[in-house]
Amino acid sequence: MQGFLKDSIEFLPILLQGLRLTLIVTAGSLVLSTALGLLWALMRVSGVPILAGISKTFVNTIRGIPIIVQLFYIYFVLPDLGISLTAVQAAIIGLGIAYSAYQSENFRAGIEAIDRGQVEAAQTIGMGWGLTMRRVILPQAFKIVLPPYGNIMIMMLKDSSQASTITVAELALQGKLIASSTFQNTTVFTLVALLYLCMSIPLILLVGHLERRFGLR
Amino acid sequence: MPMIELDNVHKSFGANRVIRGITTHVSKGEVVCIIGPSGSGKSTILRCINGLEGYDSGSIRFEGIPVNRTAKSITAVRTQVSMVFQRFNLFPHRTALENVIEGPIFVKREPRADAQAHGRLLLERVGLADKVGAHPHELSGGQQQRVAIARALAMRPKAILFDEPTSALDPELVGDVLAVMRSLADEGMTMVVVTHEIGFAREVADRVLFLDGGVIAEEGPAAEILTDPRNPRTQDFLRRVLKPL
Repeated sequence: MQGFLKDSIEFLPILLQGLRLTLIVTAGSLVLSTALGLLWALMRVSGVPILAGISKTFVNTIRGIPIIVQLFYIYFVLPDLGISLTAVQAAIIGLGIAYSAYQSENFRAGIEAIDRGQVEAAQTIGMGWGLTMRRVILPQAFKIVLPPYGNIMIMMLKDSSQASTITVAELALQGKLIASSTFQNTTVFTLVALLYLCMSIPLILLVGHLERRFGLR
Repeated sequence: MPMIELDNVHKSFGANRVIRGITTHVSKGEVVCIIGPSGSGKSTILRCINGLEGYDSGSIRFEGIPVNRTAKSITAVRTQVSMVFQRFNLFPHRTALENVIEGPIFVKREPRADAQAHGRLLLERVGLADKVGAHPHELSGGQQQRVAIARALAMRPKAILFDEPTSALDPELVGDVLAVMRSLADEGMTMVVVTHEIGFAREVADRVLFLDGGVIAEEGPAAEILTDPRNPRTQDFLRRVLKPL
């Protein structure tokens, strides 16, 4: 135990650097995937066949390709096309796009769960499509999508470790590097696991709080 | 010129021909009740008037503006022709007052303070001055429907369409809603009401349309149609509605 504490003190500063990158990648891709996911979902329910078709094709394509392959594509293939990104940028964009497909399906389910009568009520007071979405549908859909959204946040936090495959020295990669140079596998990976857990728990609590706050009745 | 004109309107849902040539008109200040058996096209024709449903052929005009649900002009029609639904369709995430002022503020761009003052007045008028801050789930069906009527009135409409406004209510709550509707009629509001409340139609309507199989089977002054119908189908329908046992 004493050894574990001593090693921990030694390893933690390096792991915390990785944790910082994990948070950056997670936060960045969360924002990007939420914005893109909402865009796909709105296109899908827009009633405009071409927009709905583009959205559907995109979402199904993205869902059908492993995240790790998407990351490789963005980090290793795009430079051939003259677009070079830093590893962190590539990770944020890759995870953001990959997750936007799941976000979009969640948002769409929430939007489609709202009673048709709500749209009609909005229409009869003269609201157009945008106003109906903003004032009537999305505020109600928000409550429905919240629990699965929380789930997605936690999955993203963990999947940010896939950024290690394109050289982002986030928490998991830092752990692996320390472990392979010190052979303190138990200590290092226990710490890494605990640090992920420490980040997940606040997210779980936050979602629980929001669900109570917005009263799922 | 009549306010609302329907000319030979047809509408099908797939192979189901719901409206098969309806021609009628509603003048300013007139109260028209539409009665008829279920599936006769009552609600559909009402929903065509403000473009909630499209129609296949014929024409519908409101004050001369063609009602075309895909045209820009539909907003102008909808802000002048309000609608009250069977299932109220209040916005559950907003209070009674917020429901009422939503259209005036976001569609008609009235200043918030004016909209709120008008909204409070309207809620008071439908007997809900004390429910301004209540959410729909805290209100009874009858109260919700009266909020919905206040929401329709807040647009300062020229006409209001009522789609079976009391059919989803417990019997003891029907009276309050009908009383509000009667007072609107007394003030000269133009109203088209799809209803099963024959008593209300007899007392308040200027004219009654009896729909059957997607056509107007009989139409005329309320007293005439409801007490002395000519068409055997109207006679049969009224017998069933008035003496169900």
